[in-house]
Amino acid sequence: MTAPNPLKPSERMKIPRQQPLEQNPADRMLNFLEVSYGFDDDRSLVESKRCLDCKTPYCIDGCPVGIDIPGFITLVVQGEYAAAVNKIREANYLPAICGRVCPQESQCEEVCVLGKKLTPVAIGKLERFVADYEMRHNLFTTPVINVHRDEKVAIVGSGPAGLTCAAELAKLGYQVTIFEALHAVGGVLRYGIPEFRLPKEILDIETHRIEALGVTIHTNFVIGRTATIDELFDEWGFKAIFLATGAGTPTFLGIPGENLSGVYSANEFLTRVNLMGAYKFPENDTPIRIGESIAVIGGGNTAMDAVRTARRLGAKNAYLIYRRSRQEMPARDEEIHHAEEEGIQFMLLTNPVRILGDENNWVKGMECQRMELGESDESGRRRPVPVKGSEFVVEIQTLIEAIGQRPNPIIQATTPGLETGKRGTVVTDSAQATSRPGIFAGGDLARGGATVILAMRDGKKAAAAIDDYLRSAT
Amino acid sequence: MFQIVSKQDISSTISKFVIEAPFIARKRKAGNFVMVRLHEHGERIPLTVADGDPERGTITLIVQAVGKTTKELCAMREGSAILDVVGPLGNPTPVKLHGTVACVGGGVGTAELLPIARALKAAGNTLHTIIGARSRDLVILEREMADVSDRVYVTTDDGSYARKGFVTDQLKDLLDDTLGISAVYAIGPLPMMKAVANLTRPYGVHTLVSLNTIMVDGTGMCGGCRVTIGGEMKFACVDGPEFDAHKVDFDELMMRNRSYLDLEKISDERHQCRLAAQAQELAR
Repeated sequence: MTAPNPLKPSERMKIPRQQPLEQNPADRMLNFLEVSYGFDDDRSLVESKRCLDCKTPYCIDGCPVGIDIPGFITLVVQGEYAAAVNKIREANYLPAICGRVCPQESQCEEVCVLGKKLTPVAIGKLERFVADYEMRHNLFTTPVINVHRDEKVAIVGSGPAGLTCAAELAKLGYQVTIFEALHAVGGVLRYGIPEFRLPKEILDIETHRIEALGVTIHTNFVIGRTATIDELFDEWGFKAIFLATGAGTPTFLGIPGENLSGVYSANEFLTRVNLMGAYKFPENDTPIRIGESIAVIGGGNTAMDAVRTARRLGAKNAYLIYRRSRQEMPARDEEIHHAEEEGIQFMLLTNPVRILGDENNWVKGMECQRMELGESDESGRRRPVPVKGSEFVVEIQTLIEAIGQRPNPIIQATTPGLETGKRGTVVTDSAQATSRPGIFAGGDLARGGATVILAMRDGKKAAAAIDDYLRSAT
Repeated sequence: MFQIVSKQDISSTISKFVIEAPFIARKRKAGNFVMVRLHEHGERIPLTVADGDPERGTITLIVQAVGKTTKELCAMREGSAILDVVGPLGNPTPVKLHGTVACVGGGVGTAELLPIARALKAAGNTLHTIIGARSRDLVILEREMADVSDRVYVTTDDGSYARKGFVTDQLKDLLDDTLGISAVYAIGPLPMMKAVANLTRPYGVHTLVSLNTIMVDGTGMCGGCRVTIGGEMKFACVDGPEFDAHKVDFDELMMRNRSYLDLEKISDERHQCRLAAQAQELAR
C-alpha cells in the first residue's frame, strides 16, 4: 500500500477545488445524456489530496448516513478506488446514485473545515468517481452474507428508502421481498429524476446489486390493492413490514384553469418522460406535448428537473416561475446553475393567479402578479406579498406545476390502526416504528417530501429497528 | 408476464381476453380496473376488469380496438403474454339494495357494466338493463346480461337491431313507467353518460357513472385523470372511477380526453404502416 497523503496541510490548502467535466450547455439542451461527467482519474487524485483528514471529521456528522468520508478519501489518495467505494458501501449501498443526487453542499461539504475559509472538498464528486470507477472496471463483488435469519420482511416501495432498507436487512440475513406498484424499480429515482441527472443504467446496476443480495422484487404489485398489509402478515407470513411508498401524489395550486389541456403536474410530466420514455415518442407509445413557450411553477429540485426536461423537449422559452426570490429556492445550487446555463428564464417573485385557455380548452397563457418579500414566516423565510396592480400575462402553451407532493393515500386507507399525520404522512417514532407493531415507515411517506439521502437514512434506521424488533420477538 | 389463456372475438372490433393474473383474480371486485402495458415501448392504459376466476387465477378483459394500444392488444393471440398488468385499481362499485335499478351500457361499456349488474342482482335488486350500440354488429353481451337481468332492452343508433335510437330514449320510457327505478348505473362513452345524467337529473334518481380518463400510472401519482366533481378536483383512479353523475363536469372531461388525439393518431398510423410493411414482407 502506498503512503497516505504526503502533503502538509498548508500544501493541501493551496490546491484549488477541482471542477467536474460537464457536457457543454449548447449541446446538452438537445439531448438527455448526463450533464455532469464528474471527475476523471487525475482530478480525483488532486481533489482527494485537499482533504485535511481532520481529527474531528465534521463531514461524517454532516452525512445523513454517516459515511466515513476521510476514510474513503484517504483510500482515493492511495489509488485504492475499489477499497474506497467499499468503505462508502459500509454506510451507503447506493454510492453511484448519491454521488449524483445528494445535496452535498448543504450536508457533508457544508461543514467541511476547508470550506470555512476556502472551498470544501468535493466529497460528492469523489464519491461518484469511485462508484463509477468500480462500475467501469467491473470491480464489484456481492458481499457474502454469513448469517441467516428465517424471518420474512416486506418492503413496500422500491425508492431510495425501500432499496436501502432491503439491502441492510438482506445483509443481516433476513428474507426480504420488495413490492413495487409500478412496472419498474426505483421509485422517484425512476419516475422523478431525469436521465440527464441520473442515467437509468446506473439505477439498474445499483438495484441489481440489491437483488444480488437475495432480495426478491415484485413489480406491478400495489400494496393496499393487490394485497393488503394485513394479508402480508396473515397470509404471506411476513413478520415485519417497512412502508416506503414516498410522496407520489401531486398537489395543485387551486387556481382557475388547472384542468385545461396542457396543464401537467410535475409528477405526470416527469413520469411520462422518465418512466414511459415519452421523449422518444412515437418510438415509445406514451405521448407528451410541449409548447413553444412553457412555464414551470415552483423552486425545488422537481421544478428544475421539469423545466430542464421541457427545454430538452424543444421549448424555446422555458420559464421558471417562483413566488419568492432566488435565495429562498429549495433547489440545489448545482441544479439552479445548470438551469441558468441552459437558458431557463427565471421569473422570480412572481405568483400565478389564473391560467387562461383558448376556445379548444388549451392553455394559452397565465396571469401572474409580482411579489415582494415581507415579514419572515414560520419557516424563517420572508413571506412574499403581492404588489398591487402588478398583474401581467405570460404567453405559454404548456404549464407544469411543481409545488410539492403528498404521500399516496392507498396504504393508509386500507390499513386499520395506522396513525397518520398532517398532509397524509404516516406517523413514526424516532426509530421509524409506526403505531402498529411490526410496521415501520420512512422516507417521504413519513417526511412528506425530502431528499433521497434522508429517505436512505430512514431506510437504514428502520432496518436496525426491524432487526431489534424481530430479535426481541423470538 | 401475464399470459393470455384465451381470446374470443365478440364483435368485429371487440375481443374478450382471459388473462392469467392470480393475485388480481383473488382481489378484484365489480368496478375495478387494471393498468396494462403490452411491451417495453408500450403505454400504460386502464382497462376495466369484466370478470375474474379466483380458482383458475384469471381475469377477463373485454377490449375494443380503438387506439394504437387497444388495436395491438386485440391483434394478440391466445398463448402470447402481456408484459405488465397491475391491479385491481380504483374503488369497487358501491353495491347495495336499491329496489329496482336500471343498468345502462353503451358500446364496450356494456362489458364494464356486466360485473356490476351481476353484483346488483346478487344484492337482490330488480334489474332493467339497456344495451346500446351504434349498430347490430356492436351489440355485445346481450345473453349474459339477460342471465342477470329481469329484462333487457337493446337500442341501436341506426336501427339495424331492436329499437332504433339511443339508450336515453329507452331509459326515459323506463323512468316514466311505474317501475319505480331508484338508481341508474351507466357506463359508456362520455356523451352517452352525460346524456343519461341530464335525463335522470330532473327525476332525482341516483345515477352513477364510471369515468374513463387519461391516466399514466393509475395509482394516484400523476393527476392526469383529474376530474371536477361538484366543483372539487378528484382523481378518477383513486377517488373513482365511479362518481355521482349529477356532479360530474362532463364537458371539461371530454375536452381533457381530447388532449392527445392528434398524437394518438400519429402513433396509430405509424403502427398501421408498420403492420402493412410486415404484411408485405410476409407476402414476398
